[in-house]
Amino acid sequence: MNNLLSMNSISKKYPGVTALDAVSFELKPGEVHCLVGENGAGKSTLMKILGGAVAMDAGIIEVSGSAVTVSSPAAAQQLGIGVIYQDFKLVNDLSVAENVLLGQEPLRRWKMIDKNLMHEKVRQVLGQLGEELDTHVRVGTLGMAKRQIVEIAKTLVRNMRILVMDEPSASLTEQEIRNLFQVIRRLKKEGVGIIYISHRLDEIFEIGERVTVLRDGKNVKTAAVSEVDRRTLIRWMVGRELEQEYPKVPLKRGSEILRTEQLGAGRLRDISLGVMRGEIFGIAGLVGAGRSELAHIIFGASKREKGKVYLDGKEFNPASPSEAIDAGVGLLTEDRNRYGLLMQMNVRENVSLSKIRDVLKGFRIDKTKERIAAQGFVDQLRIKTPSLETGVETLSGGNRQKVVLARWLFTRSKLLIFDEPTAGIDVGAKFEIYNLMNDLAERGIGVIIISSELPELLGMCDRIAVMCEGRITGVLNREEATQEKILALATQFNEATSSVH
Amino acid sequence: MSTDQTVKKVSAALAEYGIGVAFVLELILFAVLSPYFLTAENLLNVTLQTSITAIIAVGMTFVILTAGIDLSVGSVVAFAGVVTTVVLKLDLSPMIAYPLGIGAGLMFGVLTGGVAGIFVTKFRITPFIVTLALMTIWRGLAFVVTEGRPIWELPEGFAVLARGRMAEIPIPTIIMLIVFGAAHFVLTQTRFGRYVYAVGGNVEAARLAGIDTNRVLMQVYVISGVLASLGGILLASRVNSGQPNAGLMYELDVIAAVVVGGTSLFGGRGTVIGTLIGSLLIGVLRNGLNLMNVESYVQQVIVGIVILLAVMMDRLGK
Repeated sequence: MNNLLSMNSISKKYPGVTALDAVSFELKPGEVHCLVGENGAGKSTLMKILGGAVAMDAGIIEVSGSAVTVSSPAAAQQLGIGVIYQDFKLVNDLSVAENVLLGQEPLRRWKMIDKNLMHEKVRQVLGQLGEELDTHVRVGTLGMAKRQIVEIAKTLVRNMRILVMDEPSASLTEQEIRNLFQVIRRLKKEGVGIIYISHRLDEIFEIGERVTVLRDGKNVKTAAVSEVDRRTLIRWMVGRELEQEYPKVPLKRGSEILRTEQLGAGRLRDISLGVMRGEIFGIAGLVGAGRSELAHIIFGASKREKGKVYLDGKEFNPASPSEAIDAGVGLLTEDRNRYGLLMQMNVRENVSLSKIRDVLKGFRIDKTKERIAAQGFVDQLRIKTPSLETGVETLSGGNRQKVVLARWLFTRSKLLIFDEPTAGIDVGAKFEIYNLMNDLAERGIGVIIISSELPELLGMCDRIAVMCEGRITGVLNREEATQEKILALATQFNEATSSVH
Repeated sequence: MSTDQTVKKVSAALAEYGIGVAFVLELILFAVLSPYFLTAENLLNVTLQTSITAIIAVGMTFVILTAGIDLSVGSVVAFAGVVTTVVLKLDLSPMIAYPLGIGAGLMFGVLTGGVAGIFVTKFRITPFIVTLALMTIWRGLAFVVTEGRPIWELPEGFAVLARGRMAEIPIPTIIMLIVFGAAHFVLTQTRFGRYVYAVGGNVEAARLAGIDTNRVLMQVYVISGVLASLGGILLASRVNSGQPNAGLMYELDVIAAVVVGGTSLFGGRGTVIGTLIGSLLIGVLRNGLNLMNVESYVQQVIVGIVILLAVMMDRLGK
């Protein structure tokens, strides 16, 4: 079969860095071609070139066999190239139909929008995707999964033949990912070629036909997915053998650091659990099960309504994050870019932010002292940054996460809650984060991991609590925990209620 | 040097010093156009004329750094002037009257800032609306209290505050420099200053880092209220009366100075040094145009154009 797209010897230099060095990539109609590599490998630059957002220095792009120039995002659309970014480009205050047909509204006389036809058209497109969605609903009220469907519908209406999906599963639940894969399979049948970018290797094996690995701006390999295994893929990405993906060390369990008794607030009911020093404690559950809410209560960021919390054996009732921080709790929030880091500040300022009082000299911040403290953590956590004065904006995901971790070590936390700690972080950096978790646990710090990636929980945790609909439905020991058991517990009530209907 | 090189050098300088370069160019321009411009007397005059809006602009910088806005400053100027002058008319001994009058004016600043802060933090109303409402409330009350007539015949010493000099330097200029120095110290050296930038950069991330964000917001509105009141007291001294229509439209001049000074309306980025230069840039422009006998209506047009150009140069530099 002829190639739908072929990118030949694409090169791109930025001042001081070669982002892409003669990289080639091909896509057939009806194929899902996965693109993987660590952050900085060149994936996004390549896709930006394809999407017309960045100009290449050298190379040839052919669409359906003829050479083309992709000079702008509009030109890319004309060529049938659609890019769905991680943070969707939708207008929240417009309806589903208005978003799908934005700029392509069917008109009646006097340039009035033909609303009936608009909704009809969009319903039809959604039907093609196997989705029933009220086309009148405002996009802002939809969940991430539905917004993605709207984005996909947009590309379908515009007759895109080449679809780039950048980390499409990042904010989806297991079930929503299933649905997404169904949609992708339908698109394949229509002959659409899909470039699928993901850090989650499992997905590649499930949905991809071929996979191309980039490293340091160069092609490493292109192979049929059926012919590679996970280990090989990781070796290609990282460029060396990782002994194991999850460097779990045996646990030295200490005294109880955290205990909750019949905690309740909002959706949360009867949350009773205990976490030991030295242990890595996982919390599994679907998105919306109440995991982050629980973390926020322990951290004093949301109000507790019922029950008790004990920290180190003492009753603990933080009215604000600052009280929790003083007591020794640290929260590495989900979505560190939005809720964790101050993006306009530099590394030094981000590290000291939660305990500036420790570097105060009278009214002044003693910047020398602040620098020494921050440098200590940069060294200890091996944060790769040109300097302490570098804006965290310019750091990679893994290093950003380390900066957040440095902040909570600076406050001398004895309990750390990691909410989705490795989302958007590449394999090599993940490995480092896991090692750091081990170190923390070994130093007697209580470590809680909230994660939607089950392999991560299974690989790293000593015990895993499973939540469903605001309740704890089970706590599994490392030895007994399996993906199936966790999923069963995570959907316990959902099934119970659905069988009633 | 080729023009190409010149362009490169100028844009590099702009990137580094932004609005400062524009300000220096402006000084050079007027120095060439008017022989009187570069005299010590005239330059001191500019700082005197700029001092009141510049002082208010410092408070506004704090508010805008938190991604807020304070539209009430012009009306606060009027009401603070009225409060102070009303107290001065009470027939007290000067030893009591001055501290009490000025203290009352400043306390009013704390009050209005506190009210703004409460509505912004506790009732979650956007700063634009809260301070818009306060703007009309204080303006209206200033007219109600004075029955629309200026308060004249103040104790003789009051005018010294705005008209006096120390070592040849006008007292308002000195106050302005002290306010800027203090604000610069607070923003760059203290924990509170760090918190202001953090709250403006991302209020939720700041809260989750353990910062009492409501308290910070409350404080910036109080600072803005107090500095606007200080401006109002100085203005009352300068015109030697309490005028209910004093400070009309000041909020716009003040916001212009802050924005020209490079502070982002989205919060988290900016400096009071920038605000000082922004205030002076506009002040020098008015002064220079006056010296060249440009008609005041035309001046408005030119000031508007220069604001746009200055901000554009700043953005191009970055």
